[in-house]
Amino acid sequence: MIVPPPSLTETPGRTAVALAFADVHKSFHRGRSTVSALRGTTLSVPARAVTALIGPDGAGKTTIMRLAAGLLRADRGRIAIFGMDPRTGARADHAYIGYMPQRFGLYEDLTVAENLRLYGDLQGVPHRQRTARYEQLMQMTGLSPFLSRRAGRLSGGMQQKLGLACTLVRTPKLLLLDEPTAGVDPVSRRDLWTIINSIIRDEGVSVLVSTAYIDEAERCHQVIVAHDGRVLAMGSPLELTRTVAGRTFSIRTSIETRRGWQRELSSIKGVVDVSTLADSLHVLTARDVSDLAKMTHERLPEAIVELTPARLEDAVVAMLTPPGPAQETTSSERDAPGHSQPHRALTPMITVKGATRAFGSFLAVNKISFEVRRGEVFGLLGANGAGKTTTFRMLCGLLPPTSGQLHVAGIDLRSAPAAARARIGYVSQHFSLYGELTVFQNLRFFASAYGLGRRQRAQRIGWALDEFDLVSVRNAVSGALPLGFGRRLAMACALMHKPDVLFLDEPTSGVDPLTRRRFWRRITALAELGMTVLVTTHHVEEAEYCDRLVIMVTGRLATSGTPAEIRSFARTPGHPSPTMNEAFLSIVQASQDSGGDP
Amino acid sequence: MIENHEESRSRRLASARRLRGFIRKEFIQVFRDPSSIGIAFVLPVVLLLLFGYGVSLDAQGIRLAVVIDRPSHDAQSFVSQFERSHYFVVLPMDDQRQAERELRARRADAILRLQDDFAARSQFGPSPAPIQLVINGVDGNTARQVDAYVHGVWRGWLARRAANGGEPLDKAVTMESRVWFNSEVRSRNFLIPGLIAVIMTLIGAMLTSMVVAREWERGTMEALLSTPVRMWEVLAGKLIPYFALGMGGLSLSLAMAVWLFDVPLRGSLLVMFLASALFLITALGMGLLISSIAHSQFMAGHIAIITTFLPAFILSGFIFDIHSMPAAVQVVTYLIAARYYVAILQSVFLAGDVWVVIWPNAAALALMSIVFLGLVRRSMRKGLE
Repeated sequence: MIVPPPSLTETPGRTAVALAFADVHKSFHRGRSTVSALRGTTLSVPARAVTALIGPDGAGKTTIMRLAAGLLRADRGRIAIFGMDPRTGARADHAYIGYMPQRFGLYEDLTVAENLRLYGDLQGVPHRQRTARYEQLMQMTGLSPFLSRRAGRLSGGMQQKLGLACTLVRTPKLLLLDEPTAGVDPVSRRDLWTIINSIIRDEGVSVLVSTAYIDEAERCHQVIVAHDGRVLAMGSPLELTRTVAGRTFSIRTSIETRRGWQRELSSIKGVVDVSTLADSLHVLTARDVSDLAKMTHERLPEAIVELTPARLEDAVVAMLTPPGPAQETTSSERDAPGHSQPHRALTPMITVKGATRAFGSFLAVNKISFEVRRGEVFGLLGANGAGKTTTFRMLCGLLPPTSGQLHVAGIDLRSAPAAARARIGYVSQHFSLYGELTVFQNLRFFASAYGLGRRQRAQRIGWALDEFDLVSVRNAVSGALPLGFGRRLAMACALMHKPDVLFLDEPTSGVDPLTRRRFWRRITALAELGMTVLVTTHHVEEAEYCDRLVIMVTGRLATSGTPAEIRSFARTPGHPSPTMNEAFLSIVQASQDSGGDP
Repeated sequence: MIENHEESRSRRLASARRLRGFIRKEFIQVFRDPSSIGIAFVLPVVLLLLFGYGVSLDAQGIRLAVVIDRPSHDAQSFVSQFERSHYFVVLPMDDQRQAERELRARRADAILRLQDDFAARSQFGPSPAPIQLVINGVDGNTARQVDAYVHGVWRGWLARRAANGGEPLDKAVTMESRVWFNSEVRSRNFLIPGLIAVIMTLIGAMLTSMVVAREWERGTMEALLSTPVRMWEVLAGKLIPYFALGMGGLSLSLAMAVWLFDVPLRGSLLVMFLASALFLITALGMGLLISSIAHSQFMAGHIAIITTFLPAFILSGFIFDIHSMPAAVQVVTYLIAARYYVAILQSVFLAGDVWVVIWPNAAALALMSIVFLGLVRRSMRKGLE
């Protein structure tokens, strides 16, 4: 369970402002080109509360953080932390800043205890206060058993917790956290929030946290929505949600009807967004819902329309969506990649039987079996270190299994990994394109790497530029593109050779909600056309987009099934409709409690 | 007033605490991550062994093709002088044609020909008998040395013969040269001190530039900068540990020079270490300056080699005499810290504590270290911009 933050009414003096930006401008010069990161940002962060900073990539979130931390100097405008200039005030006790950068630099050669001690020294914490503080932090983070382990040997989630602990050795007045939960598994994510909430409650710290997770922002006192260097909206989650009140409804669906209905709904004029929520489709409209609900009923007579309350996510999507027609149908529906059999067949495209991979005595993947059929979107979920990436590498033929069998498109990966790879498109978690090449050059390179002829190459490149909206950045150097573009380009490159199977490793980590939706729309469209998609994700709620999924815990399969089946595992009399996230956490917990051996 | 005093005292205390913590961390990293130990200790050993044995400017084992037109006692005694010298390897030839063939094929470095009247003229002639020396001049330096060595042997032989025969040598003036400081004229004796200077330039610049670049690369710099730590504390925290490490590497190099390469150490160790300390600070300062531009270890390493090692190698006067460089290039050498250090090292090793050499060069090094550290201080203002 997620510990709710202390309510605002308990905290006196809530009107005090911890951090204020007044018309702040900041641009960066790279060579001859200038990039404006902030164009007149005005915001305020209340004291003794948690404020979430959300917005798409390139909104200027990290720049805001760095300016507040005093690491950058504003070109114009004023920044004040408890009334002090951050560049001089950072040393003053009453405006002491704790800042945790996106990639918190732990010294990997130093142990957990040595890292803590170093930051204690650097932050000037007196020795007599330290022992108690270290103990408290280690207890909060659950790192006590690992004091003498080197930071480089900790899991990603633990490293993030240690980074937070190091930032907190001296209690800051203002705590700045730049995407502390990006790329962190749901369990560690929950732990991080528990720590953050408890220090606000117990120590009266003011917190500004940037995040890509709307559900995290929903639990904060204040939310700031940034876009393109400006602040679009600022207020409590409730206030922001109210802006789209009466503009949402949902309809109950089944696996069979869902995708068709989603397409149908998206094509209705006035519909802004259609998302999957548990067993329903959640619809956000541009205006009052009533006539649209009626129109929905006319088009889909068997659908049951229910009015549902708006969520913060709807408000954010509405703010970020440019006005205009809701959906453009993607061109992939005309020109299909992969095989042109539109129907989902029962042919298994991926078969894994008792696959095991050992590294020394450590079993990264332990006797897992599953089957993915043609045209399915299949999810692979799990905490950091659960064995997802290892499974992926085995399926791509990059890593031979220690034992067990893996087949992709009917080809045994042990005997013919190269032949299997020709049928696979793989998008890795990290940017694996040539950063110095332009978008077009990258596409051309991958097309020739897959051995396409000149004619086919030109045709596929044209398709990719269109399909992934890359025409406008055709000649831009790909390394300089925002994250969202890079991900899209990576996917385009992986689809150059019309593979039958597409592997996506954490394709949406660190990506804003709007981009994530567009991404999933693309994935479902590809699957409709017969492509088989295997995807890993940290955003558990995205599991709803999958046809079926498995959850891995410490190398084993904890459970598998459709999203509805998975959710039903966590159903209790007291809690009849658990969310996917709750289901995930309880499955992971149960599996860990049941111990190592089956 | 008192409060001010108290305040500044506590500020100093906090600063000392930060610095101590930082240095402790740096040492832990040095021992856990062997790469800096590699740079400080393994690199100088490898480079000294490689260059110490590999680079020698002495011509040794010169292959001398000897053609004797008519064997005689005199010719035999003359040639035996070459056979006894370890500078030469005598290759007896049948005739001049064969000797020339050997020279062309690069199986011989020079031809020494004693014509058929050698014995007669050397015994009775009014002037010494002429001998013919043909040298392969492709490598000019070696050719000059061969020429000089053969002349030396020839003069020695004449002198000895005159002394044996009781005749005074038929010359009014004779030159007796003495070579000071390096009486054996062993090139290694001046190359090794020069090499130490070049190697220390590389080590000093690499140590600091790589470790600061590593902080940028791993993202630790951003976390570091957001703490109350001051920029000068970061700089001092990097200088002190790597200074200690660099001095360790230097001591190792000195020990190798004295005990392995038999370079005489005529000056005092104290002067040697003080001058080396001064130079090391300059080199570390260059490294810090590099790291303010290069934020990746790969780039830092490359820049360190190109901007410190290569100029030190070519322009420090360690191999190539500065006085024979064109005037414009000579001016450039004043910017090379290694130049001053080479001068001090060579004189402390071979001549002793010669203060007229040591003072000006040490002053130049001190100036350079101040300039470098000042530039570093300026370029690393706290922040990410």
